[in-house]
Amino acid sequence: MADPGILGSTLPAADAVRERLSGPHGPRPKRALSGTNIMLYGTLLIVAMYYLLPLYVMLVTSVKGMPEIRLGNVFSPPMEITFQPWVKAWAEACTGINCDGLSRGFWNSVRILIPSVILSIAIASVNGYALSMWKFRGSELFFTILILGAFIPYQVMLYPIVIMLREAGLYGSLTGLVLVHVVFGMPINTLLFRNYFAAIPSELFKAARVDGAGFWGIYFRIVMPMSLPIFVVALIIQVTGIWNDFLFGVTYISSPERYPMTVQLNNIVNSVQGVKEYNVNMAATLLTGLVPLVIYFASGRLFVRGIAAGAVKG
Amino acid sequence: MHSVEIRNLDLSFGGLGVLKNLNLDIREGEFLVLLGSSGCGKSTLLNCIAGLLEVTNGQIFINGRNVTWAEPSERGIGMVFQSYALYPQMTVEGNLSFGLRNARMPKAEIEKRVTRAAEILQIEPLLKRKPAALSGGQRQRVAIGRALVRDVDVFLFDEPLSNLDAKLRADLRVELKQLHSRLGNTMIYVTHDQIEAMTLADRIAIMRGGVIEQLTSPDEIYNRPVNKYVADFVGSPSMNFMEGVIDGGIFRVGEARIPLDRYRASGRGDMSGPAWIGVRPEHVVTGDAAEGAAYAAEVPVELVEPMGSDTLVWTTFEGSRFRLRMDGQSQVRKGDRMRIGLALEQSSLFDSASEVRL
Ligand SMILES: Nc1ncnc2c1ncn2[C@@H]1O[C@H](COP(=O)(O)OP(=O)(O)OP(=O)(O)O)[C@@H](O)[C@H]1O
Ligand SMILES: [Mg+2]
Repeated sequence: MADPGILGSTLPAADAVRERLSGPHGPRPKRALSGTNIMLYGTLLIVAMYYLLPLYVMLVTSVKGMPEIRLGNVFSPPMEITFQPWVKAWAEACTGINCDGLSRGFWNSVRILIPSVILSIAIASVNGYALSMWKFRGSELFFTILILGAFIPYQVMLYPIVIMLREAGLYGSLTGLVLVHVVFGMPINTLLFRNYFAAIPSELFKAARVDGAGFWGIYFRIVMPMSLPIFVVALIIQVTGIWNDFLFGVTYISSPERYPMTVQLNNIVNSVQGVKEYNVNMAATLLTGLVPLVIYFASGRLFVRGIAAGAVKG
Repeated sequence: MHSVEIRNLDLSFGGLGVLKNLNLDIREGEFLVLLGSSGCGKSTLLNCIAGLLEVTNGQIFINGRNVTWAEPSERGIGMVFQSYALYPQMTVEGNLSFGLRNARMPKAEIEKRVTRAAEILQIEPLLKRKPAALSGGQRQRVAIGRALVRDVDVFLFDEPLSNLDAKLRADLRVELKQLHSRLGNTMIYVTHDQIEAMTLADRIAIMRGGVIEQLTSPDEIYNRPVNKYVADFVGSPSMNFMEGVIDGGIFRVGEARIPLDRYRASGRGDMSGPAWIGVRPEHVVTGDAAEGAAYAAEVPVELVEPMGSDTLVWTTFEGSRFRLRMDGQSQVRKGDRMRIGLALEQSSLFDSASEVRL
């Protein structure tokens, strides 16, 4: 959509209208330094600093050499910029016997993330669709039980799941962890999808049935194209949740070769041998946080666009 | 052969019975209107015929085929909804062809049918647009087109015009009537609007609490309602009612003695004892006609409502509120006294207890 300001100033008709408006006009005069403004911007500045300062410290530390760090000026900008810590964090840092850096954990996480996200969104959206549009006897009860799952603390189920995975022969494997992520994401995502789909008018669904569309036809050709925003929301929730997961990763993966990135980051940062390499630790932490950040920025815009498109449709 | 036959249909939601042992035969090519107050089960009946609701009991036949358990798309029906229910992400063309694509029809045939429907409904210029870029009237045309392209035997309409403004509603009503005479399909049409019901219907079914109270021609429904509910429900302004006693061919109410010898009895009930008399506002006559009527009296004018083409006069007759319709030119004023006559030939009598027509 075009900016109305730009539109207004380029349209001759609008200019003509503006000419005819009598009396003083133009932008409302602003007072720059009122008390409220100082309060407002002051507060915002402090809050922003509170969040940005640690990030700043991490960034500058990650490009300093160790001698410079030992001087102890955490806030000072780097005198000599070096990317060695980033290279080391990515490709050389040691955890246990492996010395190939975070890259191993990164690829493990990717291998966990992609199937987990796809499966959990696919299953939860179909669940939500069935529960909102193809109500069957007992579907409300089924839904209630599913939602109760969202309120049970994870810790209670940690060990029973270890046993279940072991019995299924999946304990310690990436597949097992994917399964756990899919199951644990189910209640909240089903709730999310069901509530979104429930707002689609039932007459639309009836019309599609009269037109001969079945369960999957309606899902793929009517419901899904209308629901892009909620898919993006679920994507953001799942990607950040699964990427940032530490507890399940450390519990259900048994060998360091298969640890996800978060677990490996923890091992690098907490390793007790040798000197603490703050610059490498900072770089490793930033690298680990990068994926959710990228997803958020990329799909956040898509998300806003999705909502706007939905609002215009009648 | 009947186009649609409904046998002993029951439908309940949970324990709540919405349709009760309903029987209905609809002739081929007939325009049947379902009329009734809100919540009486009109949409439910339509959804049962469409196959969108599973019936609790009973059977439904379309063109002689038992479709009670058939899928909506296999019943040979098309449906048009109050909210249009167009697929928002598809163009008009996509909306029209969706059902045909689901049926895996060849491309050329789809194109032919879409073009024909668009031509009939005059929506050719809109084919590439999305529903959001259409007006309400255009949207409803597309919704009708969606049923049209599928070449169905039976059209089901659930209050298709009630989201439109009055003028557009009147226009589309006429178009629907023309469409019906051009296509000759069976149409079942749910509405709240009495004008739509009277103008469109070959037959009207008046529903109440999941039961059909009367099923007959608009003329018969209007002039010879089977019971007091139907008489009261149909007609605007509604019928005047007075409760009295029938005794020896005379209707006694208060001081008035109304002779019933011109009344055409239905023969269904006993012409004696407590009863209601019902007279439509236009069957209360004035002036010279009053003297020729079966019964005449003098009443005060209490309120005058000019409505352009005619004028509604409010009065009191033997203790009951009474409305009468006069032509728009009449010069009556509040406070006048006037003579009125009751046209017994066109009036109705209902038994007080059972409320059925006598
Ligand atoms: N899914 C449902 N679950 C429970 N009760 C329902 C359901 N759908 C409809 N009803 C009930 O069934 C009755 C008939 O509803 P229906 O929609 O057929 O009425 P209607 O005659 O079409 O009314 P309106 O003119 O307001 O559209 C109503 O009392 C309604 O509350
Ligand atoms: Mg209804």
